[in-house]
Amino acid sequence: MSRQALAELFSRCRAENRAALLPYMTAGLPDPEGSVRLFVAMAEAGADGFEVGIPYADPLMDGPVIQAAGDRALAAGSGVEVALDILEQVVAETGRPSVVMTYVNPVLRMGPEVFAQRLSQAGASGAIIADLPVDEALPFASALDRHGMGLVLFVAPTTTEARLENVVQASPPFVYGVAELGVTGERDMASSHIGSLVARVRKHSEVPVVAGVGIATPDQARSAAAAADGVIVGSALVRRVMEADTVDAAEDALRVAVGELADAIRRD
Amino acid sequence: MRLDRPDNQGRFAEYGGQFAPETLMPALEELETEFAKAWDDPGFHNELNKLLADFVGRPTPVYRAERLSDQLGIDLYLKREDLAHTGAHKINNTMGQALLTKRMGKNRVIAETGAGQHGVATATACALLGQECVVYMGEKDIERQALNVQRMRMLGTEVRPVTSGAGTLKDAVSAAMRDWVATVDTTHYIIGSVVGPHPFPWMVRELQKVIGEELQEQMDGSQRPHPDVIVACVGGGSNAMGIFYPYVGSDVRLVGVEAAGYGLETGEHGASLVAGSPGVIHGSMTYLLQDVQGQILEAHSISAGLDYPGVGPEHAYFKDRQLVEYTSITDEEAVEAVNLLASVEGIIPALETAHALAWIAKEADSLRGQTVALNLSGRGDKDVQQIIDLVDADE
Ligand SMILES: Cc1ncc(COP(=O)(O)O)c(C=O)c1O
Repeated sequence: MSRQALAELFSRCRAENRAALLPYMTAGLPDPEGSVRLFVAMAEAGADGFEVGIPYADPLMDGPVIQAAGDRALAAGSGVEVALDILEQVVAETGRPSVVMTYVNPVLRMGPEVFAQRLSQAGASGAIIADLPVDEALPFASALDRHGMGLVLFVAPTTTEARLENVVQASPPFVYGVAELGVTGERDMASSHIGSLVARVRKHSEVPVVAGVGIATPDQARSAAAAADGVIVGSALVRRVMEADTVDAAEDALRVAVGELADAIRRD
Repeated sequence: MRLDRPDNQGRFAEYGGQFAPETLMPALEELETEFAKAWDDPGFHNELNKLLADFVGRPTPVYRAERLSDQLGIDLYLKREDLAHTGAHKINNTMGQALLTKRMGKNRVIAETGAGQHGVATATACALLGQECVVYMGEKDIERQALNVQRMRMLGTEVRPVTSGAGTLKDAVSAAMRDWVATVDTTHYIIGSVVGPHPFPWMVRELQKVIGEELQEQMDGSQRPHPDVIVACVGGGSNAMGIFYPYVGSDVRLVGVEAAGYGLETGEHGASLVAGSPGVIHGSMTYLLQDVQGQILEAHSISAGLDYPGVGPEHAYFKDRQLVEYTSITDEEAVEAVNLLASVEGIIPALETAHALAWIAKEADSLRGQTVALNLSGRGDKDVQQIIDLVDADE
């Protein structure tokens, strides 16, 4: 897989008049083996691709659910290496384009070039690095680029026009549209920011915009999908896995939830 | 070479920068612009200096430790930051940032605290200026620094316990940053040390360098000798940066003392410069404690203010260029030094500060005859209960 696989996914979704559904799941939850099964179940229920989360001990952009999931996955033996293994199996078994979601320190530790090589071997399409703004992105984006992948960049409700232009000019495989101020986690209300974020990006470019942060329910996904090219749902799905007693129960809960979300993101 | 300002990427050569979520980047840009403007504005300095003089009690005195000098065979001077209002150097930073908050038209302040000194100093500045204040503090620190928790509450601040991780300073910084990502439109984050993404390390250094500038006047070779050596403890590194900065590149020997906790060999310590490696923590490229996969490790120190796995990026820059020496002192040595200063000089220092004193006591032979200045960064009232508990546990 490569950056190209993502581009094809977005054009197919545009043709089908729907947004792409890109669930986030912490890799290695509840354990490394069970984790792959959960991704497969989500693919069967209608997920178009994945954000495979590398568990991190200090996830600054994450709320309590994903923090707890990261701690649990780390305790169960997950980490950068295990997450890359899981990613490789997920891409091989589901054929869905996937990106890793990580923080910058583990990438630096490995070195951007080695990291990109490893991602490419695992079949990833790119990476999202939560604490890497466009200003610091160049060495990471170039390394991914050399391996046919791409670095996803963020646009937030607070992003200025000048910053937005820098993001678009860096030509990410998609723009992560931050739907809510604040960290990841479920919210009561639908985002009021996505429509205007997408419109602001569109003034400059046709790059796909994927909405994430605070999107949990089918209603919230429907509302985001009206404007965005893709929707990321994280905490709501991770919470279901954290609440399940067995991998079977987690699979069942995810099938239901992802199925409902997949219906919600059709625009007809 | 000392740098007046980090470069336009916010870097001290390879260290520093802005590894922050996009949501915060516009606020960091605004903060840099607003601080630079304020720092060039004589009106801002007048307002700040008046508060530092009348409210904080600056300049803080320099005291020659007569009996301890005799005992150690050195000429020992104490820069008395413990006599600043609220009992530590932290207030130099919070007064400046609270005034800046007002200039930026924000009315809510958040902060993290470890030892509680930065929390108390922030709560104090906010009470003075009528700002709403929330302080994040790790559960473990709430327990070991209970006195400061009560002080913050009396000052009208809400103290929010942080239960993630080990419940110490690192987790409190993370919690404050998470709050800030959600509230950045109305809220300023008064970070408590020379850490975090640009412009914080630069701004906090500028606000703390008053310590070293005063020392230059107080130890100018006429009323008192010039120092040969200046020693300070290093947690995030703000008191050390404050006293070192004006001397960096001069012939004065500068020594920063980190927490060796149970001993460096145990892996349970807070010595990021001495025993860590470069990486990113809390938005900044610097030395930190991490494992082979780049997971940040928990630090350990008896002293809540030094119990942190990172350090300010400008210290990383100084270390690599050998402009400052960094070393470490164990929990046990630090507790001994608290008792030493209390019994010989009648001053109970903070456990953080005691690390710096312990190094001087340990190196007394090699320092014989030299003029040594210690940054007495804070008073130890907050630690009395913790030390009593330790003694009880030993008996
Ligand atoms: C008295 C005192 N000294 C030192 C420190 C360590 O911080 P820094 O290294 O930023 O001076 C603290 C932190 O809480 C403190 O309270």
